[in-house]
Amino acid sequence: MKKLLLATAASALTAGAAAADNHEVKIGVILGFTGPIESLTPHMAAGAEMAMEEVTESGNLLDGRTVTPVRADSTCIDSGAATSAAERLITAEGVKGIMGADCSGVTGAVLTNVAVPNGMVMISPSATSPALSTTEDNGLFFRTAPSDARQGEVMAKILMDRGIEDVAVTYTNNDYGKGLADSFETSYEDLGGTVTISAAHEDGKADYSAEVASLASAGGERLLVAGYVDQGGSGIVRSALDSGAFDTFHFPDGMIGEALEENFGEEIDGSTGQHPGTDSPGKDRFQEMVGDKFQATSPFAPESYDAAALIMLAMQAAESTDPGDYKDEVMDVANAPGEKIYPGDLGKALEIIAEGGDVDYVGATAVELIGPGESAGNYREIIFEGGEMQTVQYH
Amino acid sequence: MDLLNAIVALSNFVLVPAIAYGSQLALGALGVTLIYGILRFSNFAHGDTMAFGTMVTILVTWWFQAAGIGLGPLPTALLALPAGIAACMLLLLATDRVVYRFYRAQRAKPVILVIVSIGVMFILNGLVRFIIGPGEQRFADGERFIITARDFKEMTGLAEGLALKTTQGITLVTAIIVVALLFWFLNRTRTGKSMRAYSDNEDLALLSGINPDRVVMVTWLIVAALATVAGVLYGLDKSFKPFTYFQLLLPVFASAIVGGLGNPVGAIAGGFIIAFSEVMITYAWKKVLGYLLPESLAPDSLVQLLSTDYKFAVSFVILLIVLLFRPTGLFRGKAV
Repeated sequence: MKKLLLATAASALTAGAAAADNHEVKIGVILGFTGPIESLTPHMAAGAEMAMEEVTESGNLLDGRTVTPVRADSTCIDSGAATSAAERLITAEGVKGIMGADCSGVTGAVLTNVAVPNGMVMISPSATSPALSTTEDNGLFFRTAPSDARQGEVMAKILMDRGIEDVAVTYTNNDYGKGLADSFETSYEDLGGTVTISAAHEDGKADYSAEVASLASAGGERLLVAGYVDQGGSGIVRSALDSGAFDTFHFPDGMIGEALEENFGEEIDGSTGQHPGTDSPGKDRFQEMVGDKFQATSPFAPESYDAAALIMLAMQAAESTDPGDYKDEVMDVANAPGEKIYPGDLGKALEIIAEGGDVDYVGATAVELIGPGESAGNYREIIFEGGEMQTVQYH
Repeated sequence: MDLLNAIVALSNFVLVPAIAYGSQLALGALGVTLIYGILRFSNFAHGDTMAFGTMVTILVTWWFQAAGIGLGPLPTALLALPAGIAACMLLLLATDRVVYRFYRAQRAKPVILVIVSIGVMFILNGLVRFIIGPGEQRFADGERFIITARDFKEMTGLAEGLALKTTQGITLVTAIIVVALLFWFLNRTRTGKSMRAYSDNEDLALLSGINPDRVVMVTWLIVAALATVAGVLYGLDKSFKPFTYFQLLLPVFASAIVGGLGNPVGAIAGGFIIAFSEVMITYAWKKVLGYLLPESLAPDSLVQLLSTDYKFAVSFVILLIVLLFRPTGLFRGKAV
């Protein structure tokens, strides 16, 4: 804490000094510091700010300019509040890029109402809604989190690779479940698979026998449960096992958790699943760097580091802090070819770019931007053996 | 062989779950119907009465489990049931003493008592959440299955399995015993007869020397026992969560009204009618028809009348139809 205070004080001092000679670059950090994900956002912000500090200390950004984070509250759910917070960042603070926002709804609102009209680059670490892939963004919006549509594709591929060609699908009745089920169905049918039934289930019920009865009647080699492990998802699995309707399942990320092992153990041996994860060395490097300053494993903290790093590397590549100039460089610095850049290498990366070299930013989450500028997403495929989750491979 | 498979598939996914659910609803509806018949109001606190009795049973079950007392293959909760019933009896007698007696003395209209029972419902609701928390509790232990689907398949060589959970067996057996006891009590004992007399005509019953306080007390005691048994069976078979018990109020009332409020036989029939229609109308018949029909006629679609999301709607449609054509219910209860 003492260190953190010192660091903040020091950076505030340097920031003050730098502003005087117009050497300071401000980057907005707009996250839901209040609201439903307020327990995650401090770690996310700390991740992003760590990248900025690293760049400032290296002194390599555009001939030694310093980077200062400016926090703003997106609230995660209140689009109006998020919009005005982002507006303030641009007009009052004069930020040159925005790391954020966090939740899909407010991210879309900030993008359409603030970023696009003002020509501001936004890199979100955590918005996963497939709808953001098709939103009109003038090439200003990127994300280091994969779209949920991507998980559907990965899931379809995993099942087809195992030779499973017809499955029954049940999803929790909300945007997450429905979006995932739909994207899976599309990809799976493109690959030649058959979805025998796609039925919703409500969370928090005592009894799922009627739901399982229809799923069983439709049949399928496996039951795909796009739900939550602490909610109806486990109820469906329990009921399916009890009635002998299905023996093996496939679980997307909402179902993967310790509770799954505790609840079912060996009963679901042979079941498969996938959740975001990478075996890239960047993950360990990031955890080492963070130490005990904040929780490196907290969801979307590494993605936040990567989002901030990409903004600064793109600025260097464009030799400009103007979003209109550097927006076209984001994809180049994120993807091959070039030298692979891991957390802690930002100073080196800036140097390579300054000398005219190419970098391939890997970062903490093995960043690879595809399509409209979103993370390709890395998934860990798992299988249950002897009542425990085993890693099969990474996708 | 196909016919057998069809029957087994139907039993596994429709008949067995519906019979268990129907028994639980019937026990709940009996409690509602007794209160309506004798105390003359619709007790909206019934769902939460069930939750309270079940909660006490769960707490005692945990205590037994910690002390290492069990029933072997049967759930420990059966051993804890008498304690749950006793606590529930005390609670109902206390609410009657504090709340309902006041309104009864004033000869308040039934609608006022209904509103009062809603107040009691909210208080019980809070009480249960305060003591055991709003989360889901599972308290079933012992042997989970009488026969598992896999064993059944191996035994018979059929393609379809039939799973019979211990809790489903217990539900049916307990329900039969409880209903038999209740009917014996109402029809054969002096107190039971005085209760029926009080229900038929209050003034006449008073004139012939029946003690109304006693009738009221016995009614509450029986209702407490019925509610606790129904709640514990439901919780064993599914799981306990205060909110689901509050929601159970809907199908329970639908059962009582369809059968005819105030008529015990109607309550039982109503429970099974609601349970079977909920399960059968939302069941996808593809598999069963696939076995029964010749290959050329086997359906491609799911043959599902309504998605399972509309399960609750089914009970209300039936309720509506019955009230339109037979306002007193199928078994001629009292007019609502």
